[in-house]
Amino acid sequence: MADFSPDAEATPNVSEVEVVDAATEDEAVDAIEAPVERGEPILQVRNLVKHFPLTQGILIKRQIGAVKAVDGISFDLYQGETLGIVGESGCGKSTVAKLLMTLETATAGEVFYKGQDITRLSGRALRAVRRNIQMVFQDPYTSLNPRMTVGDIIGEPFEIHPEVAPKGDRRRKVQELLDVVGLNPEYINRYPHQFSGGQRQRIGIARGLALNPEIIICDEPVSALDVSVQAQVINLMEGLQDEFNLSYIFIAHDLSIVRHISDRVGVMYLGKMAEIGTDTEIYDHPTHPYTQALLSAVPVPDPESREGRERIILTGDVPSPANPPSGCRFRTRCWKAEDRCAKEIPLLAIPERFAGSDSPAAHESACHFAEEKDVVHA
Amino acid sequence: MTITDMPANVPGPRSGEDNGGKLLDVRDLHVEFHTRDGVAKAVNGVNYSVDAGETLAVLGESGSGKSVTAQAIMGILDMPPGKIPQGEIIFRGQDMLKMSSEERRKIRGNKIAMIFQDALSALNPVLSVGYQLGEMFRVHEGLSKKEAKAKAVELMDRVRIPAAKERVSDYPHQFSGGMRQRIMIAMALALEPDLIIADEPTTALDVTVQAQVMELLAELQREYNMGLILITHDLGVVADVADKIAVMYAGRIVETAPVHELYKRPAHPYTKGLLDSIPRLDQKGQGLFAIKGLPPNLLKIPSGCAFNPRCPMAQDECRSEIPALHQVTERDGAELAGRASACHFWKETIHG
Amino acid sequence: MPDLTKTSSASEEAAAIVAGTPVTSDAGPAPEKPRSLGADAWRDLRRNPLFVVSGLLILVILLVAAFPGLFTGANPDTGDQANHFLGKPNLGHVFQEDWFGYDGTGRSLYARVLYGARNSIIVGLGVTILVTIFGGLMGMLAGYFGGFWDSLISRLTDVFFGIPFLLGSMVVLNAFTHRTVWVVTGALAFLGWTQIARVMRGAVITTKHADYVMAAKALGAGTKRILFRHILPNAIAPVIVVATISLGTYIVAESTLSYLGLGLGGDSISWGGDISDGTQFIRNYPHVLLFPAGALSITVLAFIMMGDAVREALDPKLR
Repeated sequence: MADFSPDAEATPNVSEVEVVDAATEDEAVDAIEAPVERGEPILQVRNLVKHFPLTQGILIKRQIGAVKAVDGISFDLYQGETLGIVGESGCGKSTVAKLLMTLETATAGEVFYKGQDITRLSGRALRAVRRNIQMVFQDPYTSLNPRMTVGDIIGEPFEIHPEVAPKGDRRRKVQELLDVVGLNPEYINRYPHQFSGGQRQRIGIARGLALNPEIIICDEPVSALDVSVQAQVINLMEGLQDEFNLSYIFIAHDLSIVRHISDRVGVMYLGKMAEIGTDTEIYDHPTHPYTQALLSAVPVPDPESREGRERIILTGDVPSPANPPSGCRFRTRCWKAEDRCAKEIPLLAIPERFAGSDSPAAHESACHFAEEKDVVHA
Repeated sequence: MTITDMPANVPGPRSGEDNGGKLLDVRDLHVEFHTRDGVAKAVNGVNYSVDAGETLAVLGESGSGKSVTAQAIMGILDMPPGKIPQGEIIFRGQDMLKMSSEERRKIRGNKIAMIFQDALSALNPVLSVGYQLGEMFRVHEGLSKKEAKAKAVELMDRVRIPAAKERVSDYPHQFSGGMRQRIMIAMALALEPDLIIADEPTTALDVTVQAQVMELLAELQREYNMGLILITHDLGVVADVADKIAVMYAGRIVETAPVHELYKRPAHPYTKGLLDSIPRLDQKGQGLFAIKGLPPNLLKIPSGCAFNPRCPMAQDECRSEIPALHQVTERDGAELAGRASACHFWKETIHG
Repeated sequence: MPDLTKTSSASEEAAAIVAGTPVTSDAGPAPEKPRSLGADAWRDLRRNPLFVVSGLLILVILLVAAFPGLFTGANPDTGDQANHFLGKPNLGHVFQEDWFGYDGTGRSLYARVLYGARNSIIVGLGVTILVTIFGGLMGMLAGYFGGFWDSLISRLTDVFFGIPFLLGSMVVLNAFTHRTVWVVTGALAFLGWTQIARVMRGAVITTKHADYVMAAKALGAGTKRILFRHILPNAIAPVIVVATISLGTYIVAESTLSYLGLGLGGDSISWGGDISDGTQFIRNYPHVLLFPAGALSITVLAFIMMGDAVREALDPKLR
């Protein structure tokens, strides 16, 4: 049997979860609608696991293994902040987004939204959660239904949740939303293919804002856009965050953009969190070898500062999540790997050598041999 | 004022000894597409050149015409709807646009090879990697099956695919993205071409793999003293490997410069805006500068300078007159080698 | 040749330009009018000569099927054996009783061709509607829900696919002594729905993984909304194409069955039946065979051409 909780101990240094025990659906909805103070945890993820079974057989399916897309990750999202999640393809970051959106069912673990485990909710309570957690998708060309007008797309949230806006009010609301994201409200009857990528992503953002959510999960929201348009969309998202008091989970592979927009950053590798901390801690004082390699590999648009920087070029590719290495998952590509790394799974915790220190290096890092190394500055 | 409409030829730091004849010289190339909505002018008079051993980076966003130019050079443009109304593509002194299709076919793959962004769709899924690599030798050099396979293994070794001998009979889908891109590179290298055109070769790859592939490409280029045209939208990738850069916008080259110069002192507002709109990795900036507006519709490119609706410096002149590619000089008038800018106000842009 | 010459993603830019669509579109105000994909397809269709020709043909055929009396005063059921027995066609007498000549019982062939259109069209349209609804539903069910339903429906379609269409309908129809138009329609639909089900299943599977479906789910949309608002409108195109093309083949099937004596029974007029009658006179009076056969061919061709035109307009990959 697969072990669904690889991190047997609860990850330290994440805030205490105040579980709300809602006896009735009304109580659950009330708890979901309750406001959260700025800086308080709004979303608490604990030991989240998602394994996709690999099956064989045509009529009778037999499980022959599992893709361990997400394998026990824990983090908090605080009200009003942006948490960046970075990692390469196959690290599980998009699966995390789907789990938080309850688009996938978690294999194990909990996601507490205001003290309620959303992986166990259903009915009205789940609908209330869905209203409050929205998503912006990566590809603006595929995330809008080509057969619907912009007005129908942005208005659809109101049709699904009619309690948010009365029928007569919807057209006006949609036009307001178009205005908020910087599009001409007169475009309401046009179809998605009449817009450019950047404009489409604005439509996607307007749809995400329609229900006045508290959290927006952004899965690579600008990676499909042109460079000159990326900055516009990032600025728009930052402005909206202040205006509507939103909390963002910003999933991306572009480390520069993540640094720009995030307050805290988590680095994922093969379904696990390798390192998490504030943006300064991660970018200026990384202690996990993977983070260091990732940062050093980023092409920097400045040949001068580039030449002074040390580059760590990793060998090989990311191993398959269906058959991850034992112990530390990064050990097969790590230059520091020793026997211990193959045997012991490193816990995501403040490394012992930095314990109690004030240094920015004292943040959670899942490495047996965590060591500070600045690879970003020349 | 000096006006250079000639291709800016920068002797790059890595270029080889022979600087006499250029390897590839693109002159005043125009490409248009006839669509049901009108004529899309994808390339509007592009000039650039590459020497042996030199890397030219062509930088631009989608619709800038950077890929279309490359396709025109390779002769793989879909015609119709594409059309080349004017221009010359001179390879080793011969205009390829005047050649017969048979002559061009001989150059393609043999003398000029191309690497694509998506290696998975550029490789044939039902043929083994070794077969596809060996095909080059069987077709062009008439080697036997066995010899071709041995050559394939050798090539795979050269692009550092581990266990090449064991993997030569594997199929494309059995390789990871990075490995597939290496196979594409091996294929491009097979006949030791003089020029490689790489169209967004690392865009689909992860950062850590990207670094490996770019490193490999640069090394092989040095080893074979090939010319390399690197087409990309990523200012970071360019900074790493290019000798000189040509920035394209709406089918025109708006700025050319040696790589260090461009980042230090851009001479075109578009380049400057692009550089400013990229967040930095080594420090947390405040607001991000954003170029306003959208890339132009190629069916109706704005009159005058195509960038004028988005440009913070635009004046009346910019709306009526297409700026020529001006030679960029220091304040005292000393010419900056290989630098040119298609902006009426390049002086103000570079010297502030 | 090596694949180096193959354009892949590199041609996307060009493709986008060619399609005249968004990647590079609209500086400032976007294109003038809202243009739905359907409207775009319609615009393409109208400019396609294939569509115009087949459309006009089908229009005429439908009109004939609905009101054959408008085109002739002659009675297709009775003939004057004495006067008209196997009369040769009189091609100058356009729209007149003896235009196409007479058959072995002295009936006007022109009238029979006109009246025969109705049964062919009823069977063709009827089968198409039935298989589109039933096969479409089954395909949607299998594609969207997957798992058990998919296995069940897919195996079922496999079983039906294994039965030769004509042979199967012959066996089924043989069980009926009184074969009306509706019986034939039902029998053909019973054996023909699997093709549409397969096409629909494939289209739904592709569409259900689209990001916009994910987006609708994330908003909390129910299954009904997702299926009918998001998946169906985007998955229907290939079904329409297949349905249009197979309409012609259903007409052929009906005629073939009638030819074999297993189609429409009794006094029903059918091109297939008339072709069968005509074969006995083929040496000396080929017109008895040629006119119903020509009508059949033209009708089938019209629908197949229409299907091709529709496919060109609807399939964005061919654009």
